[in-house]
Formats: sequence, C-alpha cells, structure tokens
Amino acid sequence: MNETFTQNPLEKLRGEIEHWESNEVAAFLSKQAERKEQFFTTGDFPVQRVYTAADIAETPLEDIGLPGRYPFTRGPYPTMYRSRVWTMRQIAGFGTGEDTNKRFKYLISQGQTGLSTDFDMPTLMGYDSDHPMSDGEVGREGVAVDTLADMEALYEGIDLENISVSMTINPSAWILLAMYVALAEKRGLDLNRLSGTIQADILKEYMAQKEFIYPIAPSVRIVRDCISFCGRNMKRYNPINISGYHISEAGASPLQEAAFTMANLIVYVEEVLKTGMNVDEFAPRLAFFYVSQADLFEEVAKFRALRRCYARIMKERFGAKNPESMRLRFHCQTAAATLTKPQYRINIVRTAFQALAAVLGGCQSLHTNGYDEAFAIPTEDAMRLALRTQQVIAEETNVTNVIDPVGGSYYLESLTNEFEKRIFEILDYVDENGGAIKLIEEGWFQKQIADFAYETALRKQSGEKPVIGVNTMVEEDENQEIETHPYDYSTADRQIARTKRVRAERDNARVETLLEELVSVAKDETRNIMPVTIELVREGATMGDIVEKLKPVWGTYRETPVF
Amino acid sequence: MSQPIRVLLAKVGLDGHDRGVKIVARALRDAGMDVIYTGLHRSPEEVVTAAVQEDVDVLGVSLLSGVQMTVFPKIFDLLRTNGADDMIVVAGGVMPDEDVVNLKKMGVSEVLLQDTPPQLIIDTLTCLVEERGAR
Amino acid sequence: MGVYLPSVELIARVQRGEPAAIGRLISRAESGMAEARDALARIHKLAGRAHVVGMTGVPGSGKSTLVSQLAQRLRAGGDKLGIIAIDPSSPYSGGSILGDRIRMSDLSADPGVYIRSMATHGATGGMARAALEAVDILDAAGFGVIILETVGVGQDEVEIVRASHTTVVVSAPGLGDEVQAIKAGLLEIADIHVVSKCDRGDANRTLTDLKQMLTLGIHEQAPSDWAVPVIGTSSVSGEGLDELLGAIARHRDLASDTDAGRARRKSIAEFRLRKTAENLLYDRFNAATAAASAKLAEQLMRRESDPYSLAEELLSTTLEGEGDHERDVHSKSA
Repeated sequence: MNETFTQNPLEKLRGEIEHWESNEVAAFLSKQAERKEQFFTTGDFPVQRVYTAADIAETPLEDIGLPGRYPFTRGPYPTMYRSRVWTMRQIAGFGTGEDTNKRFKYLISQGQTGLSTDFDMPTLMGYDSDHPMSDGEVGREGVAVDTLADMEALYEGIDLENISVSMTINPSAWILLAMYVALAEKRGLDLNRLSGTIQADILKEYMAQKEFIYPIAPSVRIVRDCISFCGRNMKRYNPINISGYHISEAGASPLQEAAFTMANLIVYVEEVLKTGMNVDEFAPRLAFFYVSQADLFEEVAKFRALRRCYARIMKERFGAKNPESMRLRFHCQTAAATLTKPQYRINIVRTAFQALAAVLGGCQSLHTNGYDEAFAIPTEDAMRLALRTQQVIAEETNVTNVIDPVGGSYYLESLTNEFEKRIFEILDYVDENGGAIKLIEEGWFQKQIADFAYETALRKQSGEKPVIGVNTMVEEDENQEIETHPYDYSTADRQIARTKRVRAERDNARVETLLEELVSVAKDETRNIMPVTIELVREGATMGDIVEKLKPVWGTYRETPVF
Repeated sequence: MSQPIRVLLAKVGLDGHDRGVKIVARALRDAGMDVIYTGLHRSPEEVVTAAVQEDVDVLGVSLLSGVQMTVFPKIFDLLRTNGADDMIVVAGGVMPDEDVVNLKKMGVSEVLLQDTPPQLIIDTLTCLVEERGAR
Repeated sequence: MGVYLPSVELIARVQRGEPAAIGRLISRAESGMAEARDALARIHKLAGRAHVVGMTGVPGSGKSTLVSQLAQRLRAGGDKLGIIAIDPSSPYSGGSILGDRIRMSDLSADPGVYIRSMATHGATGGMARAALEAVDILDAAGFGVIILETVGVGQDEVEIVRASHTTVVVSAPGLGDEVQAIKAGLLEIADIHVVSKCDRGDANRTLTDLKQMLTLGIHEQAPSDWAVPVIGTSSVSGEGLDELLGAIARHRDLASDTDAGRARRKSIAEFRLRKTAENLLYDRFNAATAAASAKLAEQLMRRESDPYSLAEELLSTTLEGEGDHERDVHSKSA
C-alpha cells in the first residue's frame, strides 16, 4: 500500500481550511477583493490561494522519493550539487574557428567549466560559406564550419578529454559529429573518453525552430545513426539533446514544451530499438535541454515532473532495466525571448531569476543569457556578467547545499503532479492520433505552439501579461547607450579562403568516390551513415558537398505553415 | 466596398524563427487584410518576384539572423529594377538601433521590433497605406 | 511606379509581359474599380489564346504541390505559365492568409511563371469575375497556359474551376474512407481525375473507388467521346505527371474545334456574363438601398410590417433608381 497521510488528520485539516475560508479570508475579501479573480501560472494552470497537505494527500510518497532513485523526481543523482555544482556552459560562436576559439579560452579563464558551440546559419542549414544563400550570414550568429580544418581551429589548444563540448546543431549534426570524431582521432584521443553533446534533435525543428534540410523520415534515420554510433563508440558522449528550449522560444507553454519533448523522445527510442539495440545500451546517454522561465515554481515543477515522466516512460513503456536509462539529465538556458530592448539592464535581473529556477529544478548544466541579446549576439562583457550570475547562485546563495530544496512544498508538489498528469494526457493524445511524426506532418504541434504564442502576444498587448519596461513602467525617451558585438565583415573572406584551400589541396577523386559511397549508404536504410561521413570529412569534403549530394537522394522538406 | 490591404510577409535568409511573423500574419488577417506568406528561407530575389506579382501594398520582411544590412539593399535594388519602387517596405525582427536608422534611410518605412503589440502593427500598416493613397 | 498611372497606359506594358504592370492591372480588376473597365475591355479583346486549366480538390489533396510540379514540366516544354491560386477568406474578419506560394517555391526564380494569390472575399466579393479578368490579363501578357487553382469547397470555388477549358479534380488517399470528390460534389465536374500521393500504400483503393464511381457514367461537360481518365500521380517519384500533361493536351485538342468545345466556351461566357452582372447588380443595390434599408429595418423591428413586404419595397426603390449607378461607379474610382 502507498503510504499517505492518515484520514483523520486530513479531514480535520479540510475542515479547518473551510473554516478559514469562511472566516479570515471572507472577512478580508469583504473589505478588499484580491488582485484578480483567478490566478494562473505562465502556462495557464489555475492556482489556488494556498496549498496544504490536503492537496498532496493522494500523492504516494515514493513519487516524491529521493534523489538519485526512481522515479528521480528530486534529481538524477543522490548528492547533486553537494558533490559538484552544475556545469557552467555559456554558449559561444561567431566568426571563424579562430575567433570563437579565443572566446572559449576567455570563458575558461573566467571559470566556465564546459563549452557550448553556436554555429552560424549556413553551417546549421548545411551550406558552405561560399553558397549564395550564405551571403551576409557567414560567422554572424555563430561560428562558420565548412571543413575539418575549421573544426581544428575551433578547438585548437582545448583539452577535449577533460572539458565537455556541446554543439548546437541539428539537420547537419551528423557531419559535425563526424568532424569531431575525425579531429579526436587525428589528435590520437580515445573516443570513449570524450564527453559532450550534439543536439541532433530534428523533430523539434519541424515543430518549432524550423532548421531542416531533408524530409522527416531520412532525417530521423540520421538521428538514429548518431545515437547508435555513439552508443557503440563514444561511451561518454550524448548523441542527442532532446530540446524543449526552441519549442518554448517558438511560443509554446511550459506544459507543451515538456510534453512535446517526451513525444519526440518516444519516436527516437522506437527508431533506435528497431535497429536491434537494447534500450539500456543507449538510453543512459540520452540528454535533454529545456528553457527556464521566470515563473519559478512552475519551472521547478516542470523539471521535476519531466524527470518523473521520463523515468516512467523508460521503465514502463520501453522496459529499461538500468536505472541510468531512467534518469533524465538536462541542460538549461534562460529564456532569450523574454529579453527586452527597452531598459535592457532589467535583463540581468530576469536572467538571474530564471537561472535560480533552473538550479532549484536540478539542471546539470546551465547557460545564462547576456543582457544585450535583444540587440545582437552577446559581447564578452555581457557573457562575463551572465557567468557571474551563475557563480553567485553557486557560491553565495547556499541553495546548492540541500538537494531539491523546494521539494515538499505543498504548492510545488501539487503543480508537479498536475504537470505529470497533463504531460501524459498529451502523450495519450499523440499515441491515439498516430504518433508524433504524423502529427508533425499534420501541423498539430505547430498549431498548438502558434496558438499559445498568439495568445501571449495579445496578453502582452492588453497588459494582462506585464513586461516591465515594455507594457508597464515604460521610460519615455530612454537613452539606449549600449555597446554591441560588432560583426567583422572580413569573416566571410577569411572563411571562404580556407574552404577554397581545403578544396584545392584534397584528393578530389577520393572525395568523389566517397560521395558515391555516401549515396549508396543513404539509399540503404539498414546501414549507418556515420562511418562514411567520417571518412569524407577526413578527406576534406565540405559540409556543402555532403549535404548537396544527398538532396537528390532524399529530397528536401518544405513545411506547410499553420497559423 | 474597398479592397483589403494586401501584405506579403516573407522570411528572408536562413533563420527559421517564425514566431513573430506568424503572429503578425494572424493579426493582419484578423484585421481583414489579405496576407500572402512565402514561407521560410527565401532569397531577396524570390521575395521581390513574389511581391511584384502579387502587387502587394506592403512588403514585410522578417529576419532574426542579423543579415538586414545585406538583405535590404538587395531588396530595394530589385524593387527598382522591377519598377515597383512605390511598394511600402516594412522590416521586422531583432536588430540594433543603428541598423534601424540606416534601414529607414534606405527606404524602409517602419521597423517593427520584437514585442511590438499586434494592434500597433495593424495601425501602422493601415496608416502607411492611407498615406500612400491610390495607385 | 510612383504616380497614379491610368489603367489603359498599363496595357502595352502588360503585353510586353512586365510583371509590375500585370500585377497592378490585376489589382485594379480585383477591386472592381470603374477606371479599369476600359483597359479590361481592351485586354479582353487581346486575350483568348491561352488554355485555361482549372484544378481543385479538398484541402490536403496535394494540389498545390501538383500544380508546382506540373508547372515545371510545362516550363520545360517552353510554355509561359500563369497560376491563379484562390483561397478562402476568413468568414469572421474578411481577411485571409494565402500560403500557396510556399508549395510552389520551386518556381519562384522563374520569370516564365507568374503566380497570383487571390482571396475569395465572401460570396459577394466578385472573386469569380476578378479571377477571369486576371486570366485575361495573363493571357494578353502571353502566358500560354493558365492554371486556376481553388480549394474544392464552396460554390464559387467550384464554379470558377468549371469555368475553365479543362477541369482537373485532385483526390488523395488517406483523407477519409469516402471518395472525397463525391463528398465535395466534384465528381461530375472533372474532365480529368487525379489521385495524388500514389507512392502511399492506400492509394490504390482511392484509384479503384474513383474508377468505379465513374463507370456509373456521371459527367456533365466533357465531349461525348471523352472518357474521363483517372491518373495516379506522385510528387515523390514524379509518376503520372507526364500522363497528366498528356491528358490535358489531348483534352485541349479535342475541345478546340468540336461542338462540345463550343458549348463549353459558351457556357463559360455565360457564367462570366452572369457573374459580372451579379457584381454590378449587387454594388448598385447596396449603394441605392443604403439609406432606405436602415429606415425599413426600423419598421421591421417595430413589427409595423413583415420582411417580404418591406423587401419588395426596398427592391422597388432600387429598380426605380436605375439611373443612380453612374454616381456610384465614379465614386469607386477614387
């Protein structure tokens, strides 16, 4: 039997609440109404005036449980930040490999403990820097990588066996992974000692971020190939980062963010299982990525509910045996879409609260946004301050001393339960309607996200959702003096020069042969695309060579937008 | 019965952030305008060709990848060569203030940044089309 | 363009195929403004060479993708191609979001393809009239094939597709058990049936069902010696596209100099005449009755009279006030 509060004290408590409502509360309300008739979380969950033990009386105590133990509500590890605080992982990327390498080394010197790489739009979309579609975009929003030579410059002088490296890249992720492997091999490193993450979560691209190249089926197959390759060859490497962050940035509610990642998870696991791999062979390396918003309790509840849902899905749906397959680990980033241009210094405060929610929610690594990101990509100064924000939480607040310190709050536990319940309701809907891929094709997720985004815009317009400095506390004639990150217009020339040099120096016949081999691997769904891609990048093939070669084979994806 | 205002909304460049452009599309439709959406990842050539064929009152270009100073000069050149320089061009997205100033010098009628209330966008476009007059 | 150019001055530029002039004249046609009528009359005389293909199908049938692929093949054959893509307006706001160009973006770099999106603007918005005027303009600009594409729901959308030389109805597997063409009332109007997405496993059933229905012999407007083909196509493999092009060409040849072809052209002309007249009538009715209807509505509200009697009274005001339309027409051209 589940142990719950015994009945009598509970009845007594309920009686007391009723008494309180009709006496103290009623007396106050007769003098002054509350600010609103009904209060909601950011994600539209109605919340009560107060929560008591009565609200979680039905919750089995083992659902709350203990850290590092199934269902992992309170954290994936038994000691959490008492052993080691989260990895402070500020994303960086601009210009060429050399430019970003300098920023990496600066961040490491400032106490950053992990690297995270942002690529420019052409790299993300699989275009070489000299493709017409790349005009103006080379090295602007991230670092440009066309060839292995760029990757070498990017991580030059960085000890890849001792610092974890995350790469935010999706449709072309397998090529970057291949370059990373080729780079490690060139340096004589042990692949099984490399730790890091490649995002490679293509389904959320169709749902939300909209960086895609090929149709869904071959794209999911690439993800499957990354997961199974890493499962066998890179024991410490996370081959996927199933991401709610971009779903949220596209306008989704926290509940949608959470539930949609679980729907995507199910697709990926099913795909890899089809190759004959055992779930415990790869599930321990599945990793997640979520946003952290300002609604502190809702966010902490979201993270806790996600850990519980994941544990249940992996154990009950997929029959995992190894507890490591059931513990959800996630990277977190504060919410870029909440940053404002007006009174931009408020962004520092916003980011700090969002970061606190991530830490109270038990994240494994964290990126805090720069205060200037409503203008351009962040300056060094903005990044340092963002990193310092994390360091203050880690070193000065003492929230790291106790695991899941807000756990046990009646409110938080109720909200966690509610999140879990609603996540599973959405997953049931997805199952009943043909699965996540079919619903992506039908635009269902996209419609859900667009609806919430539209409502949010209208609520900001009406003032129902206050944004300080934007729709309330507005400063007229604000003096916006800010130094932003400058774009170096020589980037494209420098970058293209290297790409051309690589093309000139390589053995073209060898590359051509390998590209034909790539096509035959692509056509045979039972084969893994990674080995031939590693060969290709080692021989100097560019990202564009590889991506373009496969377009006639697989076709390209064009979305039907929903509004 | 006057014709609805015709607006072409385009995402130019490689970024896929369509949250804003979709909100704008919906708001303009709900305000009775005809909105032609060209989808993601379009080139300036494709967008101007579409805008000219559709003879829209307003060409709205959304981008969040920072390429505004590369993209808009091309758009204006193409509009001129197509004899469509009376088209109202509006920009949307995230960009620094100095770019906003330069875009306006270039001929962009309005730059609508993140968090611009939908009603303000509707009013701005309506006003711009009224000021332009018959064509 | 800058200053207001009179519509007649656009004609020569339309004939030279200048996109901006074509676009502007279509806009003016769509608005129904009186100033454009002379120009449209002259355009009408210049037109009459293009083959007009109507394509329709329920939402999700893949017709935009099909149009796009068809267009690429037609272009390879050298034809300049116009596409008029018609989508419904929102019944609430009257506005619309027109997204057909997205699925046609393979064509977007080709100056030999002219795509124009049009919203239905409600039953009285004059879409059918405007669409046929747009066809004339593209025709006069030298586009040899013009595709009119609509969603196969709503009377106007179906009628406009019927008002083309060759009518293609697109169905797709997996959109429900029944043959969608029947459900939407589209079975009878097709000169050619297409089942798209034939790479899907369940496509055969849709093909069979459709063929079976056709053996029942329901067809209204094809020449008697025309057996309505049912063609399976796939946008993935390209299967069936050449067959479809062939069928369209055969239908065009067959209808060009036959009694059935003449009858078809006459029925199109009649449709067009009636639609144009309806628009005029509707506009004049509205203008002439604006004041009277408010007054009569008061009476109706107070139940001093009944709806029929008051409606008769309203109509008689209009019919008497025949001479007023000139004023209305001129006020529109501002």
